[in-house]
Amino acid sequence: MDLLANLALGFSVAVTPINLLYAFVGCVVGTLIGVLPGIGPVATIAMLLPITYGLEPVTALIMLAGIYYGASYGGSTTAILVNLPGEMSSVITVLDGHQMARQGRAGAALCIAALGSFFAGTTATMVIAAFAPPLADLALKFDAAEYFSLMVLGLISAVALAHGSVLKAVLMIVLGLLLGMVGTDVNSGMARFSFGSPELIDGIGFVAMTMGLFAFAEIAVNLEQTMTSRILAERIGSLWITWKEFKQSLPAILRGSVAGSVLGILPGGGATLSAFASYTIEKKLAKDPSRFGKGAIEGVAGPESANNAGAQISFVPMLTLGIPSNAVMALMVGALIIHDIQPGPEIMTKTPQLFWGLIASMWVGNAMLVVLNLPLIGLWVKLLSVPYRLLYPMILLCCAIGAYSTNNNMFDVWIAILFGLLGYIFLKLGCEPAPLLLGYILGPLLEENLRRALVLSRGDYTVFATRPMSAVMLLMACGLLVLMIVPAIRAKREAVFQES
Amino acid sequence: MIRNQRDFYAGLLFAAFGVAALIFAQTYPIGTAARMGPGYFPRLLGIVLVAGGALQAFLALRTKSEGPLVWHWRPLFVLLIGVAAFIVATPFLGMVVSAFALVVISSAASREFRWRPALLAGAIQGVAAAALFIYGLGVPLPVWPVFLSGG
Repeated sequence: MDLLANLALGFSVAVTPINLLYAFVGCVVGTLIGVLPGIGPVATIAMLLPITYGLEPVTALIMLAGIYYGASYGGSTTAILVNLPGEMSSVITVLDGHQMARQGRAGAALCIAALGSFFAGTTATMVIAAFAPPLADLALKFDAAEYFSLMVLGLISAVALAHGSVLKAVLMIVLGLLLGMVGTDVNSGMARFSFGSPELIDGIGFVAMTMGLFAFAEIAVNLEQTMTSRILAERIGSLWITWKEFKQSLPAILRGSVAGSVLGILPGGGATLSAFASYTIEKKLAKDPSRFGKGAIEGVAGPESANNAGAQISFVPMLTLGIPSNAVMALMVGALIIHDIQPGPEIMTKTPQLFWGLIASMWVGNAMLVVLNLPLIGLWVKLLSVPYRLLYPMILLCCAIGAYSTNNNMFDVWIAILFGLLGYIFLKLGCEPAPLLLGYILGPLLEENLRRALVLSRGDYTVFATRPMSAVMLLMACGLLVLMIVPAIRAKREAVFQES
Repeated sequence: MIRNQRDFYAGLLFAAFGVAALIFAQTYPIGTAARMGPGYFPRLLGIVLVAGGALQAFLALRTKSEGPLVWHWRPLFVLLIGVAAFIVATPFLGMVVSAFALVVISSAASREFRWRPALLAGAIQGVAAAALFIYGLGVPLPVWPVFLSGG
C-alpha cells in the first residue's frame, strides 16, 4: 500500500506544530487577500517569499500554498457578498452566488461553497496521491528532447487559456524566455545582458520582477478606474442549508471535484477553467436550466468545488514535471530553486517528505479554511469595507521592503520600479504579464534542454520529431495553437470569457 | 491609419526588445547547433521577437479597433516616485521616515487623496514597518536617521 504509506508520511510532516502554524498563517493571509480587492495571490506570494528564506523548504511551501488556495476561498466570499470576484477563479461564483445573497441566502451560499471546496480538496488530495507517482516515473524516462517539447507544450497550453490575443501571449512568453537569459550562462560562464552590473550577474531578481508586474502595475491601473462602491448584501442569513439544497448540491459537488481533478492536471488548466467547465456541465444537466443565473445552488456548489480541486491539482505538473501552469506555480518553482531544490520528478524520490508533506498540508489547510471561514465570516465582511486608498500604499511599502530583503540590496527595488513601468505599458497594450513570468522561469531550463538534445543528436533538429514522445507533445502544442487561431473556436472562447 | 493601436504598439514594443537582444548579443559566440555558444539561444529568441512583433503590428493595421488607447501616467509616476524616494532615503533617514514618505507620496496617486488621513496612515505605517520588518524580521536597515543615532 504505497499510497497509504505516502499519505501517512505526508501527514506526519504536515501536522508538526511549526507546519501547522505556517499552514494556518498561509490560510489566513490567503483569505485576507482573497477578500480584499486589488491584490492577488501572485503579488502576495512574491511579497512574502523573502520571509520564507529562513524556513525549511517544506514549511515555506506549505505557507505559500496556503496563500494560494486560501485566496480562492476568500475570493468566493467577495463573489457571493459583493458581486465582485475577489480572484479570477471565482468569476463564475458571482453568477448564482450573488443572486442567492440577494434572496437572503448568502449564508447558505457561503456554507455550500466552503463544504464543496473541502470535499473537492479531499478528493484532489487522493487523486494526487494516486496519480503523481506514475507521472513522475514517466517523467524520469524523459530525455532532453522530451523535456524541451514538454516545456513548449506547457507554455503553449498556458497561453491557450489566457484570454486576449494569442500572438501577444506567445510573444510575452518569448520575451520572458529572453529575460531569463540575463545573467551568467551556466555552460560557458559568460555573463549575458548584464550590462556590466554585478547585481545582474545572478539574473534579474524574480521576486522584484513579479512585484513590479503584478503589484505596482496593477495598482496603477486600478487607480485609473474609479473604484465602484461595494454594496454588501443586506444580511448573510442562516449558515445552515436545507435538506433540499443539500440534495441539489451533492451531485454538483461530486461532478465539480471530478472536473477540477481532470482539468487541473493539464498544464495551463487549473482553477478558473475547472470552474467554467463545472458551471457548463451543471447547466446542461439541470432539469430546469433557466434557474441558473437566478440563484441556483448547484451553480455555486459545482464551480466552487471545481476551482478548489483544480487549484490543488495544478501543483502536480509543477511538482512532478517541473512545469508551472500558472503564475503562482511559477513563483513556487522560484521558491524551490531558492531553497536549492530543482523542481521535477526527482522531488518525489529525493525529498518525499517535501512532496507528501505539501500534499497532506493542503488537506489540513482546507479543513482549517472551513473552520476559519464560516464562523468568522462577519470579520471578513468588515474587512471588505477597508477603502482601497488606504490599502494600496501599504501593499507598495510591503513590496518595497520585500524586494529589498531578497538580497538586502536596493538594486532589486529599482528592478521592481522598472518592471512596474513596463508592466503598466503591457497592461495598457492588452498584454497579460503571467505568460512572461512563466517564460522567465522556464527560460534557462528550456535553453539547457535544447542544448543537450542537440548535442546528443549532433545538431540535428529532427530529433524533436523522430523521438515519439517528443513528437506527440509538439504535435499537441501545434494542435492547440491551430485551434486557437481557427476563427470559429476563437469566437466561442471569447464568448465564454464574455459571460463572466 | 492604424486601426488597432494596442496591437500595433505592442507589436512595435516586442520587435524593439528583439532588436535590442540582437544588438547586445552580437558579441556572444554563436557556436553551432551541436555545440551551442552563449549567443545561440538569445539570438533565436531575438529573431522570433522581431518577426512576431512585426507580424503583430502588421495584423493591427487590419483588425478592428477596441476603442482608443488612453494613458494615465500620473498615478503610475506618483507611485513609482514614492518607491524611489524610499530607495534613496532609507539608508540615510531610516525606515520610519522613508516608509512615512512612501505612504504619503503614493497616497497622492489616488483621486480621493486627503492630507490628514494620508499623514496619519504614513506615521502609523512608518512605526509599524520598523517594528515588524527591522525588529521582528531582522531586515538590516536603520530605524532612525543615521546622523541622529550617532551611527
